[in-house]
Amino acid sequence: MLPLNSQINFNMEIKILGTGCPKCKALENATREAITKNNIDATVTKVEDITEIMKLTMTTPALVVDGKVVVKGRVPSQDELVQLIEK
Amino acid sequence: MNLQILKSRNFQIILVLLPLWFLTYHYLQPFTDWLIESAFGLPRNKHLTEALRFFIFEAPKVMLLLALIIFVVGVIRSYFTAERTRKALEGKKTFTGNVMAAGLGIVTPFCSCSAIPLFLGFVESGIPLGVTFSFLIASPMINEVAIILLYGLFGWQTALIYVVTGLTIAIFAGWVIGKLKLEKWVEPWVYETQLGNSEMDEDRISFDIRIRMGFEAVKEIVGKVWLYVMLGIAIGAGVHGFVPENFMASLMGKSTWYSVPLSILIGIPLYSNAAGIVPIVSVLIEKGASLGTALAFMMSVIGLSLPEMVILRKVLKIPLILTFIGIVGCGIMVVGFLFNFIF
Repeated sequence: MLPLNSQINFNMEIKILGTGCPKCKALENATREAITKNNIDATVTKVEDITEIMKLTMTTPALVVDGKVVVKGRVPSQDELVQLIEK
Repeated sequence: MNLQILKSRNFQIILVLLPLWFLTYHYLQPFTDWLIESAFGLPRNKHLTEALRFFIFEAPKVMLLLALIIFVVGVIRSYFTAERTRKALEGKKTFTGNVMAAGLGIVTPFCSCSAIPLFLGFVESGIPLGVTFSFLIASPMINEVAIILLYGLFGWQTALIYVVTGLTIAIFAGWVIGKLKLEKWVEPWVYETQLGNSEMDEDRISFDIRIRMGFEAVKEIVGKVWLYVMLGIAIGAGVHGFVPENFMASLMGKSTWYSVPLSILIGIPLYSNAAGIVPIVSVLIEKGASLGTALAFMMSVIGLSLPEMVILRKVLKIPLILTFIGIVGCGIMVVGFLFNFIF
């Protein structure tokens, strides 16, 4: 049996939800940094459309990994980010 | 559980920082006196000496207070997410809802960029427009920076007056907006927005992370406001002995009735954060402005800000924004007159 990690890691879809406030940009930068540094295979997209954001969360910024909100309203540390993404 | 908290690195940092904080705060006054009189050897009761003493004492004192309170508020706020606030407000009767919304407005994290998602989320889940407004009024007006600065520069009575009157305005303005049934002036797309069901277990955030959120809040807010606080206190110190005592009395004193509405009108387009406005207000009061007028000016500057109106324009039609400004403005005016009458 394959370890669960290798399956999930296969090209993840990461979304940053935010209307463009400074915190949203900070979250986007931190996420991109975590991905590059740890060679995580993922596509990062920024979602700025409010109707799209509202479908998932009321608090911005938010980090969405494979359709699931994992962080909202704050910018986690690099360690925590990697943990959240790879979980 | 308890053991885990002790292991948290951030918690250990707090255990070290807190006693340091209290020591610094406690010895600030004697240290300032020592610095001014012994180290600098400045003569007592000269304008320059007293101005310097005021600044060297007040600036670190206010910064210390800011850092501590913003940290505590940051940790507390990690428990009050917008989603929880919404849940708490759902299905509440009008007046109770207004009171709760205004109260929750103080503790729920809020910035102008989250105003729109918040508004959409509230309205979509059936929270009445008036209750939503109570939240939107209280949230920016009663913020921790304003309260700390009022406490630091005027004492706890003034800080309390500010909180109580701010809450009252938020409750009643929201209630009136609710009674007026102005839903027709909300942009129609608001009601068509689909609200997703994002259940996320917020309890899972560890205490360690909450402490870190407190630190982040201090870094973010203090980093943003320290310059204004310093400038404000420096101006205050400078004006302390040099501008005549009753300089503002004729313009913003009790006897000039129109000073309250005029201050409110001037305050609307002026956009400043609490950090910038409170030290200026303290100067105004020292130079003869009455408390009611100064309070009205401050509330208008903080509570009715043009940038927030521009953001709200996305979801509200102009008549509703004007009504909102009008009702809140009237509320502030009543407060201003009331305090000029009492004191």
